[in-house]
Amino acid sequence: MQEDLIIAGFGGQGIMLIGQLLVYSALEENKNVLWMPSYGPETRGGFANCTVIISNEEIGSPIVAHPQSMIIMNLPSLDRFEDELIPQGLMIVNDSLINRKIKREDINFYLIPATEIADNLGNAKAANMVDLGAYLKIKNVVDFTLTEKTLEKFFANNSSLIELNKKALERGAQEIAKETLKP
Amino acid sequence: MKKVFERPKSLTDVHFTYCAGCTHGMIHRMVAETIDELKIQDRTIGVSPVGCSVFAYEFFNFDMVAASHGRAPAVATGLKRSLPECIIFTYQGDGDLAAIGTAEIVHAATRGENITVIFVNNAIYGMTGGQMAPTTLIGQKTETTPFGRDARAHGYPIRIAEMLATLEGSSYIVRTSTHNPQNVRKTKLAVKKAFENQLNNKNFNLVEILSTCPSNWGLDSIQSLKWLEENMIPYFPLGEFKNI
Amino acid sequence: MKILMKGNEAIGEGAIRAGCRYFFGYPITPQSELPAYLAEKFPSIGGVFLQAESEISAINMVYGASCAGVRVMTSSSSPGISLKQEGISYLAAAELPCLIVNVMRGGPGLGTIQPSQSDYFQATKGGGHGDYHLIVLAPHSVQEMVDLTYLAFDLADQYRNPAMILADGILGQMMEAVELKEYASEIPHKNWAVGKSQGRKRNIITSIYIDPKVLEQHNLRLQAKYKIIKAHEERAEEWMKEDAEIIIAAYGTVARIAKSVIKKAREKGIKAGLIRPITLWPFPDKYFQDLGKIKRILTVELSSGQMVEDVRLAVNGRIPVEFYGRMGGMVPSIEEILEQIEKINSQIERVKL
Repeated sequence: MQEDLIIAGFGGQGIMLIGQLLVYSALEENKNVLWMPSYGPETRGGFANCTVIISNEEIGSPIVAHPQSMIIMNLPSLDRFEDELIPQGLMIVNDSLINRKIKREDINFYLIPATEIADNLGNAKAANMVDLGAYLKIKNVVDFTLTEKTLEKFFANNSSLIELNKKALERGAQEIAKETLKP
Repeated sequence: MKKVFERPKSLTDVHFTYCAGCTHGMIHRMVAETIDELKIQDRTIGVSPVGCSVFAYEFFNFDMVAASHGRAPAVATGLKRSLPECIIFTYQGDGDLAAIGTAEIVHAATRGENITVIFVNNAIYGMTGGQMAPTTLIGQKTETTPFGRDARAHGYPIRIAEMLATLEGSSYIVRTSTHNPQNVRKTKLAVKKAFENQLNNKNFNLVEILSTCPSNWGLDSIQSLKWLEENMIPYFPLGEFKNI
Repeated sequence: MKILMKGNEAIGEGAIRAGCRYFFGYPITPQSELPAYLAEKFPSIGGVFLQAESEISAINMVYGASCAGVRVMTSSSSPGISLKQEGISYLAAAELPCLIVNVMRGGPGLGTIQPSQSDYFQATKGGGHGDYHLIVLAPHSVQEMVDLTYLAFDLADQYRNPAMILADGILGQMMEAVELKEYASEIPHKNWAVGKSQGRKRNIITSIYIDPKVLEQHNLRLQAKYKIIKAHEERAEEWMKEDAEIIIAAYGTVARIAKSVIKKAREKGIKAGLIRPITLWPFPDKYFQDLGKIKRILTVELSSGQMVEDVRLAVNGRIPVEFYGRMGGMVPSIEEILEQIEKINSQIERVKL
């Protein structure tokens, strides 16, 4: 079993953070993990994306051209990565920041109003956690509770952030339960 | 019979290979005497440059490291940072220190590296056969300025001591000369102070010593000393530029 | 216990564990996490971290510290390594051990900060002047960023020779789990180093031998040393090689991609395998001697074809050695390389008929 995931958005959305949250959690489950950020000027104020690989076997290529899953946090990232997802791949989309339809008809996508949900929880910045919660609900690559525990370690010095992010994760997971997600 | 004059312990018995009338030998001796007097021969490491004094490690009788052209202050930095209890000095000419190695000397000084620099300025490249140095005077003829140094074409001679004295990291910056016994004595005192300062952990210390190059200046020994006095000192004034 | 680290940080941690306490460097992407890591860790363990005014100065500080006999390193990326070449030649000539890390990026010139392997020639053939070699190690995982850092320091001291870790932007940036094994070797005493003399004969460290007869002798001695290194230190990983008909020869990041390619090729019934040079100098010739069932080799690099020359020398015309590469920071996809393998495989079939 190997899961390849690309998470993309803009700088400041916590793209790298949720990627790291996944690999730290997966490592706890003794899986092989790899996290690879985009680097250089393209990460300053513009695009930010990272690749996450979680596998039961030795991980080969650190570069994933066509991932099985994507978390897409803004429109430029959708434009850039939509065509790269494998057929029948999973795409979690932050619908709050995307004002166009998904073109691909051969993929499984979920439109989550992540920024709105996070805003309602008190901080729009937690949108990344909403989308991560949705992703984990569908793809059980790491245990949900374990991810919450990792989150507690990440924000060990800020209990209000722990509460906010946990709520965001849970709200994201709840969204998946709704039937009305697909257009 | 009483011995009144002898070779310093910090010099080997290898004969100097410097040209007749060149003051490198005299400056070597002053450095060696200083190291003897301060009783630091067993913990001194010299860094030799590229230039006429490239073989300085043959003459100084203690551990020596040969640096690439201009990089002696960087090598000395690596040495001093890993051997803080040792006394580290570089011995560099004007081409080495003031042209190719300008970045290294400026930054060693501004970092306040606790080293001593002996900078021998004779306004010419000696070993390569008399080309223009960064310190060559306006109008001075060299192999590469056959019609004399022209400021518009070749720029102006650089005053290292004055420049380094502006840097926060430097402690003792002085320019001396070797053209007569009185100034040789002053040079010796300056060299000694530059080493004593290092022993007292006083940052960066540099003695710029005006020197001669009879072979490439095309003058004899006596004429060279006179030429130094009359031409170099007006442009490169002697004195302490910093002493804190 | 495994922990997650970025490749660049892993080299830093490896260096600390191997007893290195001196770092001199100059900022450049994509290796910046390494100096940042050491800048943070060194003060509390008595290490010296110094950001120099240039790459040139940094490598000469390394030269000075190495003369003093301490474990010392620098790191940079391609354009910065070019600047260091003069110093590297002097280090090799004066037989000074140290570690130089090159996290390669695309060139020539200022190029790009994206990953590349186009400094292979510079690293393995002597990037500076004169007849010399570095010991060049090529990690392909974050784990090896640590393990090969240990090895690089050991080999450098053992042979009194500068060693280089040749990585690339991907290896530097990516995060994987590593096990920080205990560093077990002892740092040897260096009686040639300068320092407090305490009655010993004075030590001189230089690379000038003005008499050509003497310089030739010095060169012969260096060459004899290189021969010993070559005889003892060739290292490579063989992966699914046993029954392979097609071998991919690749190092570093490309070897990782190759492993994915080989898995896919085998799903399609193509017997593919990998030879992954770990020492780029000495090049692991011996791993290319017993070719067994191998009919073709495909060398894949992030360059126009540099290591392929060494593969061809090792194979010496016995079987065809093909090449596929991308340049300028571009990285070939699994599918791209698989296509090459399929092409080669079809050619092999045709020969059989």
